[in-house]
This record gives sequence, C-alpha cells and structure tokens, in this order.
Amino acid sequence: MSLTREEVMHIAALAKLGMAEEDIACFQEQLSNILENFEVLKQVDTENIPPTAQANALCDVMQDDTAQPSLSPEAVLANAPRREGDFFRIRAVLEDD
Amino acid sequence: MEIKSCLTIHEVGKLLKKKEVSAVELAESCLQRIEKLEPHLKAFTTVTAELALKQAEEADRKFKHGEATPLTGVPAAMKDLLCTMGVRTTCSSHILESFAPPYDATVIKKLKDAGMVMLGKTNMDEFAMGSSTENSAFFVTHNPWDTARVPGGSSGGSAAAVAAGETVYALGSDTGGSIRQPAGFCSIVGLKPTYGRVSRFGLIAYASSLDQIGPMTRDVTDAALVMNTIAGHDAGDATSVDCPVPDYTQSLTGDIRGLRLGVPKEYFTTGMQPEVSQTVRTAIAKMEALGAKVDWEASLPSTSYALAVYYVIAPSEASANLARYDGAKYGFSYAQTENMWEVMEKTRQFGFGPEVKRRIMLGTYALSAGYYDAYYLKAQKVRTIIRREFEQAFEKYDAIVTPTSPTVPFMIGEKTSDPLRMYLSDVCTLPINIAGVPALSLPAGFVGGLPVGMQVIARPFAEETIFKIAYAYEQATDWHRMKPEI
Repeated sequence: MSLTREEVMHIAALAKLGMAEEDIACFQEQLSNILENFEVLKQVDTENIPPTAQANALCDVMQDDTAQPSLSPEAVLANAPRREGDFFRIRAVLEDD
Repeated sequence: MEIKSCLTIHEVGKLLKKKEVSAVELAESCLQRIEKLEPHLKAFTTVTAELALKQAEEADRKFKHGEATPLTGVPAAMKDLLCTMGVRTTCSSHILESFAPPYDATVIKKLKDAGMVMLGKTNMDEFAMGSSTENSAFFVTHNPWDTARVPGGSSGGSAAAVAAGETVYALGSDTGGSIRQPAGFCSIVGLKPTYGRVSRFGLIAYASSLDQIGPMTRDVTDAALVMNTIAGHDAGDATSVDCPVPDYTQSLTGDIRGLRLGVPKEYFTTGMQPEVSQTVRTAIAKMEALGAKVDWEASLPSTSYALAVYYVIAPSEASANLARYDGAKYGFSYAQTENMWEVMEKTRQFGFGPEVKRRIMLGTYALSAGYYDAYYLKAQKVRTIIRREFEQAFEKYDAIVTPTSPTVPFMIGEKTSDPLRMYLSDVCTLPINIAGVPALSLPAGFVGGLPVGMQVIARPFAEETIFKIAYAYEQATDWHRMKPEI
C-alpha cells in the first residue's frame, strides 16, 4: 500500500492540517509503511462477524432533560483567542471576490 | 519532622490519622522533593504549590473535625489531560499550552471532595499518543531507575513522579497501555479499569471507545483505595456503567488458592526480550506456588492482529476528536492571516506535533470515502473476534497473566525515528483496550537493574479478582518495596 503525494495532500486538506513541503514527503513514506502493516487484517475471515463500536453493552443511554446552571459567558470565553462582547470572533468565512 | 519519601497512601494515612504529621508538612515535603528531583526527571508540566498548600490546610481542618477519608491530605499528581478548573491543562501540546479549563473532570471533583492535595499536572505524550513521553511538546521525562531511559508512556510523568516519590499517587489514562506500560517501566502499580467503570467526563479525549482513567500507585492497596473513590456511574459520561462500586480493599485477602490463571502463549513470542519473558514466568510460578491453578498453554489466537486493529481504530477516533482544535474557541490560534480556513490549517500545523499529525492523517485516511469498509469497518469486525476470544478465555480462567511490555525500558531516542517500532512496545497492552476488559500492571522483578511489569487481566468489572491476585503476589515478594536511587 503506497500513498501518492496527491493522496497525502488530499488527506491533509480533509483534516484541515497545513503541511510544509518536507512534511508531505515524510508522511508519504511513513503512512505508506504503516498502512502496509494494516494489510494483515485482510487475512482475517470476518464473514458474518458484526462490528464492535465500543466494548460495553450499553446503547441508547437516555436521561431526563433537567435544567441546571451552565457556565457563565465569562468562564466560557475566558480562553477565547479573539472575542467580541459575548461572542467568539473568527476571521471571515466568505472571501471577497 | 523528617518525613520519609516514597510512602504509600495507607502509610501516609496512618501518620495523618495519628497526627504524627500534618497534611501541610506532608505537602511541603513532597514539594521539596519535586524541587530537588525535577531537574533530573521532568515529570511535571505544572507544579501547583500554592494550591497544594491551600488544600493541605483544608485537609488538616477535615482531620480536626473528623471528616477525613483515606485520601484526605494525601498528595497526588494528575496527568495533564484531566481538566482542572483554573489550572492549566495542556495535554503536553502547544495547541493547549495556555488552556485553563472552566470546570473539573469528574475524577478531579471526586478526589477534591475526598480531600486531595494536588501537587501538579504531569507530563505525557502529546494528546496521550505515544509510548515513551518523548512526544511531549515540552520536554522528555526521565525514568527514575535510569535517567538515560524513557519512563514509558503516555502517562510517563505520572509513573516517574510516583516511582521517585515526588507524589504519593497519581492518575493516568490508558487507551492502549498508557497506564500499564509506564507503570511496568517504573516498577509501580497501574490499573486500567473496565471500560465504563470510571467516568471520563473532563478527560480530554483521544480515542473514545478505548480511553479509561485509572490509578498509578506504589502498591496494590493504594490502587484499591483510589478506585474506591474514582469509580462509579456519572451522567456526564454516557458510557459509564451504572453498577455498584464495591469496597475494593475487601478483595485484598492474600488468598488465591484455587484461582484459575491462563498464560496465553501468544504474549511470549516475537520481539520479546528473553530475560523479560523468564522474569514474568518466574513470577507466575510464584502464583502457582501460592495455590493458583496455572494453565501455561492458554491461547488468544488473534492477538497478533490487535496492533493493526488498534492503529486503525484509535487514529480514526482521534481524527474526529481532535477536529475541535480549530483556533476559534480556546488554545493556540494562528493570527498572521485573515482567512478562516487558513487560520484553522495553520493553527493545526503549528499547534500539533508530528505523532499527533501522523495519527490524524492515518485516521482521516481510514475514514475517508472508499477506504472506510477496508480499514475502519474491517478493524471493528476483527475487534469483535478479539473481544470474543477474551470472553471464551474467561469461561476457563479467572484471570489471564502476561508480561506488560516485551522489553525493559528503552533508551531515550532509541525508537523516535521509527513510529512502527515504537508502536510495537504496546503489543501486550493494546488487546485489553480493544476488548474493554480491566488489567493491572504490577512489579514482577528486575533485569539488569531495570523494572519488569506483569499484567493481570480479568473479565469486565472483575477488578476485585485482579486486586486479589496482584495483592497476593505483591505480599509474597519485595519488588514493591524497592526504590530507585535518585
């Protein structure tokens, strides 16, 4: 299993990970190497075997929707890199033409 | 008065109860030891001296008013991925370097209610991804038994701090061995509880179907004492199971006559250092001499697939969990650009270290269109097979015993250039998280002055069986009394 340079760049774009030029080559080699080791899974017969998403038997855990105090806006925004009033401020989502 | 270092929770508890020492004196003594040893060990990312002394004063008041619990006034260190209100919680990552959570993790809250004295936060592999604590974005932690070697990881700071007596106990987290492997490497006790036994609310997530929080202590009794406080259901973690928490100290009887132990041959194969294998076999023979019935030819046939299953599932979950670090709400944010998407990409490029990026990339690939069935779904199916093999084994055995790691602690820098070789140091611990069962590592001896850990595994929610076996072995040996010369 060998990844192309384009595939590495595509995955990085999906993951919203900026990449320096040298990272791309490094990941291309390392990820290909690791993925090759995953090939062993193909040897296992999983016909009629259901997947396990997590190991305990709980599913659809419900609880009452009870009103309770939440964090104050000050506490929530205390770590904000940029804020404006009681809002997180981010850079423009849409670019000008 | 001079306070001996490397005391256990139950030893410290007696001194406090008899008023031979105060919680403040105890905290001061630990803080002095931290100051003396940290230049050599680097186990802490943050030392909270002021907070510790304040909590110690409160603990002394609790003793005065007869409100003390077994953990009141006992100094503790918390892995730096457990949210501590107002105290920096970094995950040993640049991206969270200045993050001060607005709330406490449930385990922190429970320990505070029990009277904990928190000394600080401990170093780890960034976002708990690693086996040596070398992936910390800040510095490498050193093994107290040989400072040229790694303490294991990812909870390496917690393990080193307990082993060196900087703290009396610590909490760690374990996704593929991150409590047990460093516990083994530092000759302490580390328990990964059953998936669902301890609430993860406020644990910064790595791989949510595998993560568990657990105690790292000087002996088995201490691990039982910590579990008595941190275990239990919590509405804040939907995967936490609502079943009663026993008094775990009741299982510390020393009697293991008639218990059936399985020793799976697959855990003693490729890549295992012969001396480690021999040391663990000798330890198991000791259990046999104590009256346990040992099957030396047990088998968990699909063990060799666990590594691939883990390195598909854990990075996949990590790629989703770590999507939240976008530079908008908290943590590091790249400021030298005007475009939102670029802020996000650059924040993650400069905020995450190489191993974290590697796993995000792996997981994103495994979950991406066209590859989901071949990797993620396939791994989840093999996960079922591994889980079923454990279930079948526990029809025959009360517990399974294996080495914790295939080698003794390795040299700092020895495996950093080859991620796959590093991944292999967790081969004995990964299958346990995949199956969701509990397992504990305890000291089993030394090879050339370096610690060897032994792993005791039991069926879900049978932590008592584990404690019973581990305690009997511990009391019959002296390994837990040995202290590193540092």
